[in-house]
Amino acid sequence: MIELKDLYKSFNHNSVLRGVNLKVEKGESVVVIGGSGSGKSVLLKHIIGLLKPDKGTVIVDSSDLSQLDEEGLNEIRKKFGMLFQSSALFDSMMVWENVGFGLKRHTHMPDQEIKEIAVEKLKMVGLVGVEDEMPSQLSGGMRKRVGLARAIAMKPEILLYDEPTTGLDPIMADAINDLIIKMREELDVTSVTITHDMKSAYKIADTIAMLYNGVIISTGSSEEIQNSADPVVRQFIEGRAEGPIIVEGINR
Amino acid sequence: MLIKFIEFIGAVIEKPLLGLGRIILLLGATLKGTVRPPFEFRNLVNQMLQIGVNSLPVVLVTAVFTGMVLALQSYTGFKRFGAEGLVGSVVALSMTRELGPVLTALIVTGRAGAAMAAELGTMRVTEQIDALETLATNPVKFLVVPRFLSGMIMLPALTAVTDIIGILGGYFVTVILLGSSSKTYLRATWDYLEIQDIYSGLLKACFFGAAFALISCYKGFYTSGGAEGVGRATTGAVVFSSMTILISDYFLSAWLFK
Repeated sequence: MIELKDLYKSFNHNSVLRGVNLKVEKGESVVVIGGSGSGKSVLLKHIIGLLKPDKGTVIVDSSDLSQLDEEGLNEIRKKFGMLFQSSALFDSMMVWENVGFGLKRHTHMPDQEIKEIAVEKLKMVGLVGVEDEMPSQLSGGMRKRVGLARAIAMKPEILLYDEPTTGLDPIMADAINDLIIKMREELDVTSVTITHDMKSAYKIADTIAMLYNGVIISTGSSEEIQNSADPVVRQFIEGRAEGPIIVEGINR
Repeated sequence: MLIKFIEFIGAVIEKPLLGLGRIILLLGATLKGTVRPPFEFRNLVNQMLQIGVNSLPVVLVTAVFTGMVLALQSYTGFKRFGAEGLVGSVVALSMTRELGPVLTALIVTGRAGAAMAAELGTMRVTEQIDALETLATNPVKFLVVPRFLSGMIMLPALTAVTDIIGILGGYFVTVILLGSSSKTYLRATWDYLEIQDIYSGLLKACFFGAAFALISCYKGFYTSGGAEGVGRATTGAVVFSSMTILISDYFLSAWLFK
């Protein structure tokens, strides 16, 4: 369903992706783990065509994104929902207008109907009575959930989560994990999540892939990753400062 | 040595060239978005309110005092050789041809241009522009086109107001404060003012409106580096737009009034 083939990307002579290969089957939940600055977000942005690779291809439902014009790309994007790390809510619009943004743009529904759907999606993520608030009036966890409601409003086939639990307290983080699982069960979506929160990764993943030095160095189920013998994977999942992964500025 | 020199030249011109390339591409995408449906009427009206109506108080104050000081200065100057009867024409010609469009453009740039760069810059650094794209919405069409068009439409409208209010300000000083004849002032205004003075001024305003909106949107659109980046983009938008207005004013005037 989603396939990244030999993906290369650099910014100002700094190679971030150096030949990434990743396959995500329909209905699967893949979690990409990796340290800060390892290029996880860059990888995710390639899947939805926000960034174009220097080399390599991104295939979504047998369409090569680099071959599509703007209209074609927008058609593909309608299959996606994306939850941003900072929620990225439009702060000039009310909560329901945020959630109903895609419906307003791409359907002919009247505002009243869009608002009803928005309220229903907000209810799905556990938010009631916030539809007429402005995003700035909400807490971080609530904003994340509004972001999720916006991502699912157009009934997407694929959901992309950019660090969904970062910046949240442990209870809220777990609630978001539960929501991700619920979305998958109720909406039957394929999902790609990037995170460095291992607890979250174990909970929501069918497959975990580790991105290190611009390539996917290991792929496997939660269990396989937990039992991996690869020293890089071990260091990361155990969260140790000592090991083959070099932490800049830390003397050991 | 030669290679080093070429490298140095390259390093110096790389950034301005990159900026120029981006601004031309943004202009192309904006023009394309202007003629292709769907049209963002709601955003356009919103921006026209922001740029036009909300700028009106500050534009009015600028216009009235500019007209007043212009009348005061030319009256005292012209009195030395008995030409105070011409104050009306000086005010009318200066306002319509030069001060109306330029001052309005500078004031609106300081107000609306800065706001555009700050708003788009914040949207960029908080990933709202990326979010628009993921929701299958072209951000240039959604954000830049309405601002560009409102700049082009509202700046001439505001300039027309500035022209009229400036002339009235001049009338107030010349006739009411300095006791000159009302008839002389009005005749001097009408007799020497030609239709070309008015429309060339409005044409300049139209160009300034397009320029400041495009530059401010460009600065906001390509913001990077968090809150500091937004600050830099805002300052850059005002400085770059003001310079463009002042420099292009000379060339436009030379072309329009040749």
